[in-house]
Amino acid sequence: MNTIFHVGRYIILIGRVFSRPENLKIYWHLFIKEVDKIGISSLGLVVLMSLFIGMVITLQTASNIDSPLIPAYTVGFTARQSIILEFSPTILSLILAGKVGSNIASEIGTMRVTEQIDALEIMGVNSAAYLILPKILGGLFIFPFLIIISMFLGVFGGWAIGVSTGIITSNEYVYGIQYDFRPFSVTYAMIKTLVFAFIITSVSAYHGYYARGSALEVGKSSTQAVVFSSVLILTLNYIITQLILI
Amino acid sequence: MIEVKNLSKSFGENLVLDDISFKFERGQVNMIIGQSGSGKSVLTKCMVGLHKPDTGEILYDGTSFIELPLEEKKEIRKNIGMLFQASALFDSMTVEENVMFPLTMFTDMSKSEMRDRANECLERVNLEDKNNLLPSETSGGMQKRIAIARAIVMKPKYLFCDEPNSGLDPQTAIVIDTLISEITREMDITTVVISHDMNSVIEIGDHIIFIYKGKKWWEGSKQEMIKTTNQEINDFVYASEFMKTLKDKLG
Repeated sequence: MNTIFHVGRYIILIGRVFSRPENLKIYWHLFIKEVDKIGISSLGLVVLMSLFIGMVITLQTASNIDSPLIPAYTVGFTARQSIILEFSPTILSLILAGKVGSNIASEIGTMRVTEQIDALEIMGVNSAAYLILPKILGGLFIFPFLIIISMFLGVFGGWAIGVSTGIITSNEYVYGIQYDFRPFSVTYAMIKTLVFAFIITSVSAYHGYYARGSALEVGKSSTQAVVFSSVLILTLNYIITQLILI
Repeated sequence: MIEVKNLSKSFGENLVLDDISFKFERGQVNMIIGQSGSGKSVLTKCMVGLHKPDTGEILYDGTSFIELPLEEKKEIRKNIGMLFQASALFDSMTVEENVMFPLTMFTDMSKSEMRDRANECLERVNLEDKNNLLPSETSGGMQKRIAIARAIVMKPKYLFCDEPNSGLDPQTAIVIDTLISEITREMDITTVVISHDMNSVIEIGDHIIFIYKGKKWWEGSKQEMIKTTNQEINDFVYASEFMKTLKDKLG
């Protein structure tokens, strides 16, 4: 019953979010701000995570290949497949759900408990659209860039560690990352990224928007936002993969 | 003028407002007083549309507010200014941006015109040279004044103040009360103040309603309030030793 209540309320909220904005110019400014806040500020984390994960995938793959029958370029191939298909779109989205999601939920939740959302409503502003729409659009716009950057850096990190430690030659690695490359893998990753971007921004905003009470409740709503976003990301990751790849 | 007719509101089994009716005239400071938990804030939230009453009617200058379509409701809301208990300033915006906010959302004014209007309102509340500060860099009293400036920037017809003096020292409280009273007269607006601060009531209240256990228990002027023999309102008004002494001295 509780789940149905939350799903219903979430759908109603999303309906309000996508209603006609009062002032497009203001929304454009907010969109730019959100792109910066959600995307640019996450760049450091994305760079760091992607480089190191790319390195670790390469090292682990290399250390697990004992058989001389398996060609060395498999390391590059495995690194590319892991990074493009799973790490960048899914695992990074889970990490961003923690960073971006909790930030969105606590920002909107604080506005709720300090009556700033009530103030918007009384002024005649559609608070749901004003607060949430720029975040959703900002996320949908900037997440694909972050994920593409992550893919490049992950693959680059693998190459850098592979070549510098001598576990694979540059040519073998590059051959591996080109081997049997299907551009649809990137399309699949982008579809997942857009879905996850929507989930992270909208679910977190939902939890913040309906926060009640005190700072403690804002903290709880922030945690819930991360938990629910993560569960939805994992579930939808399975569903999308089943629908698109199988 | 704001008219409330037979308004009731409950949350689950809990009846918070029970068949409340009153009329607030323009150009007056109308006060809603009552103990904590008596339903004052719920009443105000119903009046501004943040809660939907179960039954009853709210009329703004004769226009029924509750059943209006959202877009028309928004038009009435643009004529409402509200000062919240905790000021509710947007903490990511500067003082000037806070005051200019309704103008940026709903008018076609140029940036300089908006700035002029915001400065005019800030000067009216005696706040100059604070434009670039963030709300967190100002005192509680200043935040209330900024919130008043924001509430009047669209030249509203109705001003709601939810416990405007809470958390303020007595001197600052008087400054805020005086501002509310002066603005009401100057702009000829209908002002509604929710309070349980008796100094405020005595200072600026023109028309007072007393809410008790979710009902409108008493209504009248402050002179009538001082003289009333109604037990519940006397218990409320003369709860403090100071007020009791004052009453004894004044007979």
